[in-house]
Amino acid sequence: MADEVVLLDFWPSMFGMRVRIALAEKGIKYEYKDEDLRNKSPLLLEMNPIHKKIPVLIHNGKPVCESLIIVQYIDEVWKDRCPLLPIDPYQRAHSRFWADFVDKKVIEVLMKISTTKGEEKEAGKMEFFEIFKILEGELGDKPYFGGETFGFVDLSLIPYYSWFYAIETIGELNIEAECPKIVAWAKKCLQKETVAKTLPDQKKVYEYVEQMRKKFGNG
Amino acid sequence: MEELKLLGAWPSIYCYRVIWALKLKGVKYEYVEEDLSNKSDHLLQYNPVHKKVPVLVHHGKPVAETSVILEYIEEIWPQNPLLPNDPFEKALARFWTKFEEDKSPAFFAFFRGVGEEQEKATKEAKQLLKIIEDHGLGEKKFFGGNKIGLVDLAFGWLSAWLEVMEEVVGIKLMEANSFPRLEAWNKSFKEEPMIKENLPDRDEMLPYFKSLREKLIASATT
Repeated sequence: MADEVVLLDFWPSMFGMRVRIALAEKGIKYEYKDEDLRNKSPLLLEMNPIHKKIPVLIHNGKPVCESLIIVQYIDEVWKDRCPLLPIDPYQRAHSRFWADFVDKKVIEVLMKISTTKGEEKEAGKMEFFEIFKILEGELGDKPYFGGETFGFVDLSLIPYYSWFYAIETIGELNIEAECPKIVAWAKKCLQKETVAKTLPDQKKVYEYVEQMRKKFGNG
Repeated sequence: MEELKLLGAWPSIYCYRVIWALKLKGVKYEYVEEDLSNKSDHLLQYNPVHKKVPVLVHHGKPVAETSVILEYIEEIWPQNPLLPNDPFEKALARFWTKFEEDKSPAFFAFFRGVGEEQEKATKEAKQLLKIIEDHGLGEKKFFGGNKIGLVDLAFGWLSAWLEVMEEVVGIKLMEANSFPRLEAWNKSFKEEPMIKENLPDRDEMLPYFKSLREKLIASATT
């Protein structure tokens, strides 16, 4: 029986991009459905009644929610190819820790930078660089966070790169100047077809963000 | 014997989760109580990023963050599994442990709130309990099904800790009449031998949480 895989997503969502990259890495065919988040489809509301959020992976009619949970599900179901997490339990724990760090720290600081002004915004910018410097420390001299190969942590972080132009413009900061290693790592990831085909153009993301800010106010 | 250490701090709900997992699997470990107001060099060395407990140190290698530690324990010691085998059921279990993590600020707001904020937080916390009862627990005896799993450990604080918090705040959140299934789960959870033997003492928790709430209220008004 052929697997039926549907992804409910929204094109600029970093969380959705994680799942798209994972599916591409594993070579899984799926139907992509772009949601209008101001007018959520009955399917989305049925498949994720608790959070009503994307991404949702629907595998043979059964929904899996939360991006990193979906990625681990994909890794476990399609385990015959291209492992996304290391095999060694300690290395797996190490990967989970850093993906969790990305999840806990990055989106929160982005919200701070984009919704505050003055002193608060400056504090947000400092925090942003602190977080990314910690990530640079973890990356070290490795080509990827996963070591020689692109893995779980790389996948959890790389979607944010498509938001860098928007972050730099709205946040008034220069990421490459402060965190050159991260930008170099991101460009290396973009050499992978799965990443290059998934990440939207940075300017396109910026236009979307500006559109939203105009509509809902700068906060 | 495996060299296994757990750095913890009483009565951290996160540390108890790890203790329960290790006890349920019959894994021996050395417990090290940390003074969080004066963090040890070991803690800072083993968890330099977050500087928090719990930290599990296995053969000298640290694992930090509760959910990461629990998945590690599950993989290294597969006896008495706490996660389902089936990937879909496993994803569902992870969904609920993440739900607990994401929503814990709402319960924290209930604990430290006063006046109008307190009312709002109480309402939100009750709505969350309804979701947890209806969708997380459903008709099952435990969140994990017939036996305790990681999701039960994640919501384990709803047993001994919530009662104390409710008494300190003076508001009953998880009323038996409003949440009969959670109440039944509470009883079953506390009766499990490994849990029963490893719960913080209520008489010790009461002054601790009382003092904590006072501190939180005071710092909110300065």
